[in-house]
Amino acid sequence: MEWEVVIGLETHAQLKTQSKIFSGAAIKYGAEPNTQACEVSIALPGVLPVLNKEAVQCAIKFGLAVNAEIAPHSVFARKNYFYPDLPKGYQISQFELPVVGKGAVTIQVPAVGKNPAYEKVVHITRAHLEEDAGKSVHGAVEGMSGIDLNRAGTPLLEIVTEPDMRSAAEAVAYAKKLHELVQWIDICDGNMQEGSFRCDVNVSVRHKGTENLGTRREIKNLNSFKFMQQAIEYETRWQIETLEDGGTIHQATVLFNPDTGETRSMRSKEEANDYRYFPDPDLLPLVITEEDKARVQADMPELPEAMKARFEADYGLSSYDAATLTSSRSIANYFVSTLESFGGEPKLVANWVMGDVFAYLNQFDGLFDTCPLRPRQLAGLLKRIIDNTISNKMAKDVFAEMCQKVGKYVAASNSIGATHEFGSDNLANEIIEEKGLKQVSDTSAIEAIIDEVLAANAAMVEEFKAGKDKAFNALVGQAMKASKGKANPAQVNDILKQKLTG
Amino acid sequence: MINSSLHTLSQMLANKKISSVELTQIFLDRIDALNPEINAYISLNKEKTLAQAQAADVRIAAGNTAPLTGIPIAQKDIFCAKGWRTTCGSKMLANFVAPYDAHVISQFDAVGAVNLGKTNMDEFAMGSSNETSYFGGVKNPWDFDCVPGGSSGGSAAAVAARLCAAATGTDTGGSIRQPASLCGFTGLKPTYGVVSRYGMIAFASSLDQAGPMAKSAEDCALMMNVMAGFDERDSTSLNRDKEDYTRELNKANLGLPLADLKIGLPKEYFAEGLDANVGKVVMDAVAEYRKLGAEIVDISLPNTGLSIPVYYVLAPAEASSNLSRYDGVRYGHRAAEYTDLNDMYCKSRAEGFGAEVKRRILIGTYVLSAGYYDAYYLKAQQIRRLIAQDFVEAFKQCDVIMGPAAPSTAFKAGEKVDDPVAMYLQDIYTISTNLAGLPGMSVPAGFAQSGDNKALPVGLQIIGNYFDEARMLNVAHQYQQVTDWHTRMPDLKVPEDLA
Repeated sequence: MEWEVVIGLETHAQLKTQSKIFSGAAIKYGAEPNTQACEVSIALPGVLPVLNKEAVQCAIKFGLAVNAEIAPHSVFARKNYFYPDLPKGYQISQFELPVVGKGAVTIQVPAVGKNPAYEKVVHITRAHLEEDAGKSVHGAVEGMSGIDLNRAGTPLLEIVTEPDMRSAAEAVAYAKKLHELVQWIDICDGNMQEGSFRCDVNVSVRHKGTENLGTRREIKNLNSFKFMQQAIEYETRWQIETLEDGGTIHQATVLFNPDTGETRSMRSKEEANDYRYFPDPDLLPLVITEEDKARVQADMPELPEAMKARFEADYGLSSYDAATLTSSRSIANYFVSTLESFGGEPKLVANWVMGDVFAYLNQFDGLFDTCPLRPRQLAGLLKRIIDNTISNKMAKDVFAEMCQKVGKYVAASNSIGATHEFGSDNLANEIIEEKGLKQVSDTSAIEAIIDEVLAANAAMVEEFKAGKDKAFNALVGQAMKASKGKANPAQVNDILKQKLTG
Repeated sequence: MINSSLHTLSQMLANKKISSVELTQIFLDRIDALNPEINAYISLNKEKTLAQAQAADVRIAAGNTAPLTGIPIAQKDIFCAKGWRTTCGSKMLANFVAPYDAHVISQFDAVGAVNLGKTNMDEFAMGSSNETSYFGGVKNPWDFDCVPGGSSGGSAAAVAARLCAAATGTDTGGSIRQPASLCGFTGLKPTYGVVSRYGMIAFASSLDQAGPMAKSAEDCALMMNVMAGFDERDSTSLNRDKEDYTRELNKANLGLPLADLKIGLPKEYFAEGLDANVGKVVMDAVAEYRKLGAEIVDISLPNTGLSIPVYYVLAPAEASSNLSRYDGVRYGHRAAEYTDLNDMYCKSRAEGFGAEVKRRILIGTYVLSAGYYDAYYLKAQQIRRLIAQDFVEAFKQCDVIMGPAAPSTAFKAGEKVDDPVAMYLQDIYTISTNLAGLPGMSVPAGFAQSGDNKALPVGLQIIGNYFDEARMLNVAHQYQQVTDWHTRMPDLKVPEDLA
């Protein structure tokens, strides 16, 4: 009997607000412990929460981005439990009435082995606003545990999916898609190392074709896509083996250990808290009007799906190319900037952005939004291809040279700690000039070169005339060589053909 | 001097008949003489108090005065006041010095009033006799064997014994009105949301409301002008225009001053459980209102009997969560020895909280637990709406509702401490206004003899519609123009020069 894995995700996205969700305290990452903990963060007696409107805007933005129902009336509830980093003894969250209801995202699952890539819709169950807890710090003081409340009260949007995913690849594709989306709409910085984007994954297995869900175990706090993939694969194997060995799965929370690649149980359901949720009497119900939604809608950037469709329709790009170029806001921005600067030829621009620029960034795990080679510089290079100054092949060399140059500028500016413009917009022209790479398109100059070549290779000319087409290519090669690669290849072709056949 | 109205004191200060430092010193001396016995104050800080009085005198000299500038006010120890120990009547916070000011405190500071000290109270405002205070009971100034009521028992005794010019209190189920009734002075619980709760230590957030405790309706109006007003730090604070609560005090018809007033008497407030002598005093007051021209109508608040059970589900539920922050981790009492984190929580809370607080945390935790939430918490919320609806119907028939504020006069210390339900019944006439969020006040209406006790004060409760405080104060003030119950003070033995 074939097994099937069923996966649902709960993601905590830290919202990019200026201050905490229920107080005016700052939320800069990495500050000295407890320097961003105001009286509300510490939960002094008598303090009260006041909802940060910016966090609400973020939630509405997300709701609009996933086509979700946005609740006209939602309620903040208290989730009660004791923990040293939870200063009030309860977390303010949303329980029965979340701000964002049912929605959906479309994911692209990449090809694996002989299985082709495919698209899939993952349904969002809900998304709700809540505050983060502080952090326990162990070992800062010998033999003691410390509490850092800087993070306490940081706004989070918890995004919950239906159990729609059927493989680790689908789960990772969803997580990546969500990760890009929250950055695209600018509500989360997506920094997984700093914990701005954390995923809990619910995994269960069942026999393929059955309706009922198996007992799930929740893998907590995965902070990289690689670990997510490994954790789900391990957990799936473990559950199937356990069941095949006649065992049973017990509902539990598990942690993934990246060193061993294994998951291990943290606490069972029996040890779970009764959170005693009830509406927080300190906060009024959150009311969102049609006008509120319209205001946020007006500020929404074009979403990736819409942009993809536009790229296909307006630029004639393939679905694959359009999807790649809209897979992150930074790639899209880079593409659009280059295109604007260049003023046309979307296919050429797309090929360079997805090909050479991508490969260049990959060498050092660079990102498009911080790419040292700026779109205007790339556009400058592409202009020289289109106006036949250089060949496509020569352009690759110029591109490599440009990358090396801006790389040096970057290194230099890093060492002096300054931010710089990395070379001029005219960089491609400077390199072409400096290296004398300018393509020869002057007909008489090319004719002269060809005449020399024909004179020096009489044997080849004879072969061609005897019907050997290969000889023609050899003569083109000789002409290019004689021009040191600078002759316009198309012109060489034409003139040579004229001279041999005319 | 000590029996003067706030208005009189304010004029004397403005006319330089007395300085704020002198006035404050009179009260401080009286506190020295009487507080050791009465125990109305938990914390005094003469240095801070006199510094504020000096600053007030500077303001007065500069002509920069408000009606309460330089007037010594007692603050219930539930309000955080920067640099003051703020205990909430609990061992848990016995050493907690607040690093910030509650909204109410900063409002008084802003007008240059003087903080005379922090008054005693039932622990976390849970009690009706002030006997749950970690800092000991408070004596009723009219009879030292009796309790002053609670939870604002310290403020009540301070006002009655003239150990302050006026005081603040908080009222979650009757904690201003019941002690005002038992100690014979005027106390007002405003509409929920009129006074900011910021910095007021939470007991039951959806019910807690601060208000004035003072000698007369006029004094309460002046206090309200300082305390009330929108505060963005409290999400339940109502964003309304600033009101002058004295504006209607003297509103009176020619001839019969209250000729256009319709008073509703709910039959449930005069049923079994009310001391007959107390009932008689209340009806005498109603008769006085008839003489002032008011029309009396019989009304019904049919769900009154459910208010105590509903309250004792909702208030403990909120309290169980509100008091979770007292875990010994960041501030407050922490057990001296413990084996692990859980043990630290258990011991710190077991040692830091008293029996009544623990009882309510347990009740509240229970009613919110999985499987019980719907039957208790949710059901109670539904009935709460019915109780509020009772008042909506009642106010279609009358302008204000009158009845007793408490079922009896002050009872003996120790009499009800072992019978929580008997204690809870003290609030039978006050609790439903908290559940409905309505304003209510208690006005001295005479004296009655309950059981073997000597004749002790009785309060008339006046309940108004939402935001009708100014009108209620007018109704009370007109009564106080034709009666003198509010000017009566207990005969306390103090050294000659302080009397």
